[in-house]
Amino acid sequence: MSAITKTFFAAAALTALTAGNAIAADMTIVSWGGAYSASQQNAYHDPYMAANPGVNIINDDSSAEAVAKLRAMAEAGNTTWDVVDVVASDAMRLCDEGLAMEIDHDSQLAAAPDGTPASKDFGDLIVSECFIPQIVYSTTFGFRSDVAEWGGKEPDDICDVFDLDTFPGKRSLEKRPINNMEWALLCSGVAKADVYDVLETEEGQAKALAKLDTIKDQTIWWSAGADTPQLLADGEVVIGSTYNGRLFALIEEQKQPVKMLWDAQVFDLDGWIIPAGLSDERKKAAMDYIYFATDTQRLADQAKYISYGPARASSAPLVGKHAALGIDMAPHMPTDPNNAKNTFLYNYSWWADYRDDLDAKFQAWLAQ
Amino acid sequence: MSERAQPLLAADGTPLKRSIERSLRRQKIEAFLLVAPLLAFVLVTFVAPIADMLFRSVENQIVAQTLPATTDALKEWNPDVSALPDEAVFAALAVDMKAAVKSKTHTRLGSRLNYEKTGVASLFRKSGRRIKKWDLAGDAPFKDKFLDLDKKWGDPQLWQLLKLYSPVYTSGYFLNAVDLKKTPDGVEPRAESEQIYILLFQRTLFMSLAITLMCLLLGYPIAFLLSHLPMRTSNLLMILVLLPFWTSLLVRTSAWKVLLQQEGVINDVLVTIGLLGDSDRLQLINNQTGTIVAMTHILLPFMILPLYSVMRTIPPSYVRAAKSLGANDVTAFAKVYFPQSVPGIGAGSILVFILAIGYYITPELVGGTTGTFISNRIAYHISSSLNWGLAAALGSILLIAVLVLYYAYDRIVGIDNVKLG
Repeated sequence: MSAITKTFFAAAALTALTAGNAIAADMTIVSWGGAYSASQQNAYHDPYMAANPGVNIINDDSSAEAVAKLRAMAEAGNTTWDVVDVVASDAMRLCDEGLAMEIDHDSQLAAAPDGTPASKDFGDLIVSECFIPQIVYSTTFGFRSDVAEWGGKEPDDICDVFDLDTFPGKRSLEKRPINNMEWALLCSGVAKADVYDVLETEEGQAKALAKLDTIKDQTIWWSAGADTPQLLADGEVVIGSTYNGRLFALIEEQKQPVKMLWDAQVFDLDGWIIPAGLSDERKKAAMDYIYFATDTQRLADQAKYISYGPARASSAPLVGKHAALGIDMAPHMPTDPNNAKNTFLYNYSWWADYRDDLDAKFQAWLAQ
Repeated sequence: MSERAQPLLAADGTPLKRSIERSLRRQKIEAFLLVAPLLAFVLVTFVAPIADMLFRSVENQIVAQTLPATTDALKEWNPDVSALPDEAVFAALAVDMKAAVKSKTHTRLGSRLNYEKTGVASLFRKSGRRIKKWDLAGDAPFKDKFLDLDKKWGDPQLWQLLKLYSPVYTSGYFLNAVDLKKTPDGVEPRAESEQIYILLFQRTLFMSLAITLMCLLLGYPIAFLLSHLPMRTSNLLMILVLLPFWTSLLVRTSAWKVLLQQEGVINDVLVTIGLLGDSDRLQLINNQTGTIVAMTHILLPFMILPLYSVMRTIPPSYVRAAKSLGANDVTAFAKVYFPQSVPGIGAGSILVFILAIGYYITPELVGGTTGTFISNRIAYHISSSLNWGLAAALGSILLIAVLVLYYAYDRIVGIDNVKLG
């Protein structure tokens, strides 16, 4: 074969390759990065790409800024994301802003294996017309189990966080009013059912801040979920709030002397939205992925990689062992009956109204 | 005499004056064409987006756009005469809301007004679902229907708010940005529990000045040393100055965390050598100290480099001359050397100060609650609360503050006195 024909064939092969790549449609999926994205890669992306060789999934770890970026993209008229993983409160705001597509859960999502329609299977977790629930996670506390000053006692009640006499040492709390205000009220004698009624009043807000004042100078305020695990591991704090999956990794994977305090854990939801204004073709591709990734088995699969509870009722019995550690995952789920003796569900509609107002007050209180 | 009245002519016979003008004009056009691509680039990618962002601080079209008939009808309503608007306004609202629900813009307006009054977001969201089913022709009158739908529609304050924010432009964002608020009775200060921005502006300015001063105190001797060493040694040391410059900002900030935290390296060393008891470790991070230390380190090269390049150009013979004329070391430095290094101080200080004032990632990571800057709030309103109008107002004020300081510097020190080398 002459050199010229060789070159010719090589060029032809190259053209064929590029053409092949062009057929493989890119799909940009936005999520949180780290262990969480890895769990989605294993449970959703890889099996989906194996079943659909024509799809190439690109990960983008921008979920923390998803709302602002989607708004900027919509204003520029060029939305480059196909599927976005957001917390429920962000999904609500995106829906309000007209930035996310409304979903008909029953016709667009898979039914449970026993035929229960998706809307029943997800139940109350569908908090917005645009939101497709994926996991239930909780914001809860971890504490160091080797603090000498505690004299062998271990916190088992949410109010122990505010008890500096019995449990001295630094705490870490999230730098926002959500959850902290509720916990503070619960520990100043307000009944669980009345928390939001009280928090609507000026006196109630002052009461919550007064309770937080008692531990203010012993608190480090975090803004990234990874902060508390790091602070606990370094011994900078002895007790701190964060997402339960982060604490699971700290305790079971990194074997740090830390234990869980599940009392008054706050349930929150995370799930998918599809940006508004996608072309029909991309919308169809995105919905096809969502149909696959939110069926009963797939949601249960994700729990093999991270300790967050699947959002479908029908997935719960299918939760098995951790893929790498081989330990039973069920007892580490926030929804496990042993852990969920006293829980709180993030009140989405209430916070949607009061978020701006209380955040201004909370930040002013913090800065003083 | 008559020869003088004759204009001077160029070689081609045109008057010399006009010929010079023409060639000067051509030079100007050439110069303009040379910079035109850059100018266009800067206009499109820098000036226009910033202008657009700043414009949001006064822009308020959303109310009049979403509820055109209502804002029109509200002009007739006088809150002093009747507590609530009359049926005409409610009917207009029904028409507007129905259209808004169809285009799904009512919830956007709800989020916008929720910045001013808590609860409007859910009121609009909830009302939208019901109004969708209304029949505009058959369901009149609407006033009772609205009051029936949610009693918040009977709140006079809500209507005053709508009237107040009807105009296409508003001063509301700027007032919010300086801890004031717009009310029907004029401008009022915010409740003390909500005041934060003035405090943060002051803190940002104060801490940026402190950081600039620290950089100067630490950077001046280094630059002095570098400029007086032989080239080979000084180049080597210069690499040490630049090395942290080439490391990721996040890595450097995290390194400071490891050093400064209570169980960190510095506290551990102090405890080990017995200067501190184990129970009273110093709080070096998550407060103003942390921010000042980390940011001084990060911004130090911006002070050293201009100082160094100015000091290199100061001829050593001047100081020698001063000394040979009888000045001692201190006088020679203070009277001869230091004044010549002032342009470098000016350049370095302006650079460090302006960079410091807009910093946000480092204060966020090491500043705790007392060491955060106004830029942290701007970032929050851009990415989290989506209150872009307020973020733009805060940003505009920061920009104006910098320009005012720059002007003051120009008047006091003189901007001609700034040299980068």
